[in-house]
Amino acid sequence: MLAQSAGPPIQPRILILACGALAREILAVLAADQLDHIELQCLPASLHNRPHEIPGQVRSALRQARGRYERVFVGYGDCGTGGQLDAVLAEEGAARLPGPHCYAFYSGAEQFAARGDQDMRTFYLTDFLVRQFDVLVIEGLGLDRHPELRDAYFQNYRTVAYLSQIEDPILLSDARHAADRLGLAFEHRHVGYGDLEAALAGL
Amino acid sequence: MAQDDIILADLDDAALVQQMHEDLYDGLKEEIEQGVMILLGRTWTPYKVLTEALVEGMRIVGEDFRDGILFVPEVLMSANAMKAGMKILRPLLVETGAPRVGKMVIGTVKGDIHDIGKNLVAMMLEGAGFEVVDLGINTDVDKFLKAIDEHQPDLLGMSALLTTTMPYMKVVIETLKEKGIRDKISVLVGGAPLNEEFARAIGADAYCRDAAVAVETAKDFIKRKHNQRSGADA
Ligand code: B12
Repeated sequence: MLAQSAGPPIQPRILILACGALAREILAVLAADQLDHIELQCLPASLHNRPHEIPGQVRSALRQARGRYERVFVGYGDCGTGGQLDAVLAEEGAARLPGPHCYAFYSGAEQFAARGDQDMRTFYLTDFLVRQFDVLVIEGLGLDRHPELRDAYFQNYRTVAYLSQIEDPILLSDARHAADRLGLAFEHRHVGYGDLEAALAGL
Repeated sequence: MAQDDIILADLDDAALVQQMHEDLYDGLKEEIEQGVMILLGRTWTPYKVLTEALVEGMRIVGEDFRDGILFVPEVLMSANAMKAGMKILRPLLVETGAPRVGKMVIGTVKGDIHDIGKNLVAMMLEGAGFEVVDLGINTDVDKFLKAIDEHQPDLLGMSALLTTTMPYMKVVIETLKEKGIRDKISVLVGGAPLNEEFARAIGADAYCRDAAVAVETAKDFIKRKHNQRSGADA
């Protein structure tokens, strides 16, 4: 009769260990779908530019969380680890978001694959990247200090495609402005949370 | 101009080369062009300018990039400075018959348009005396085959930065096998998401972590090829 005195039924506690670039979006999905038993812990989004460090950092965070949660789910794609993240997850017994990167799972794996070569010369923005455009793209690529590097990065690109998660006129206009700054054409596709939502709902 | 600006022409050879290494590190294109012209004026051979002033300077940049001291923008600035120097030297190198080590066809594979690393590798190979045929980005197997047929290179280099495009390297290697030309060419692969294990799994001859390793590996394969040949002749 112990369970009775413990109050409301105990839900299995799940941790999502995710890329900081997904924090806002994961919290939004958890709130909207009332997934109260799931907690979120993030690793710095800046690991993006040092993908070889992702597997090691995910591994140590997984080990720290061990025993404190029923299950840990990893909020990363492959993210340029070339299969190394998957090797860690197989060893540690954790699953991750489907697909190679966030642009693919926001679009939905099938839709992303279906676009094939059409997006070859497209640079994607998400809500996160629009908000962080100055820090991650302009400063991150050193375009603030060295605007002449624009071509070294983007001469083979034609279009910026903004894959939006929420419909927000300010973000939309910022995204358009970002495309202008890179000297690229602009396209908007509202994709929402794509496969992220289904993945979280299934936990 | 700052008051303490160094007058390059006033420096002796050793100090000038040292200064050029620093200017290359700082991505100072005009200074590099100037330095190259001064050394040429002092009757340095184009090959000596290339190797001692530019390639050696860029090697230091590459090391600090590998060690996380320099980042992509700085490396691009340095590469641009080196490119400007090479532009002056290239025609002179041909004229003066600088040593030609071997030939490589290189490209970023189909579906991928990341090319910073590939360009760096191509530039350093050229600096090391290789003839480099750069097929650019989004290179499909037909384009690779055509270039191999046309240029008869010793080496094939493939670059990929996306998890989704890495597997295409295997497609190219399998096609080389089908055509019976795999054994004629050494295949080097690179790009941040790759590793030794992947290179082995797809049947490449070598994975190269960075441009310096690429140059050493390429030289090594050429040496082996010569040894094999002289062995066969004996
Ligand atoms: C710079 C960069 C870009 C630039 C590319 C500019 C250009 N002209 O190439 C820009 C900003 C345009 C860009 C775009 C994109 N990128 Co990008 N990019 C990078 C970044 C930060 C660095 C790559 C780089 O240039 N490094 C510098 C060079 C010098 O290093 P390198 O390429 O590794 O090359 C060295 C070695 O690998 C080796 N080497 C390389 N090639 C070869 C070949 C041979 C033959 C040999 C021997 C050796 C060798 O020698 C080189 C010199 O030392 C990486 C992350 C990372 N750190 O790797 C992401 C990264 C590769 N990109 C990524 C992504 C997702 C994209 C985008 C889809 C993002 C978007 N918002 O749209 C687009 C691509 C769009 C498309 N349609 O395909 C992901 C890939 C994830 C995945 N699962 O595959 C990464 C891993 C970032 C991340 N973690 O999310 N990118």
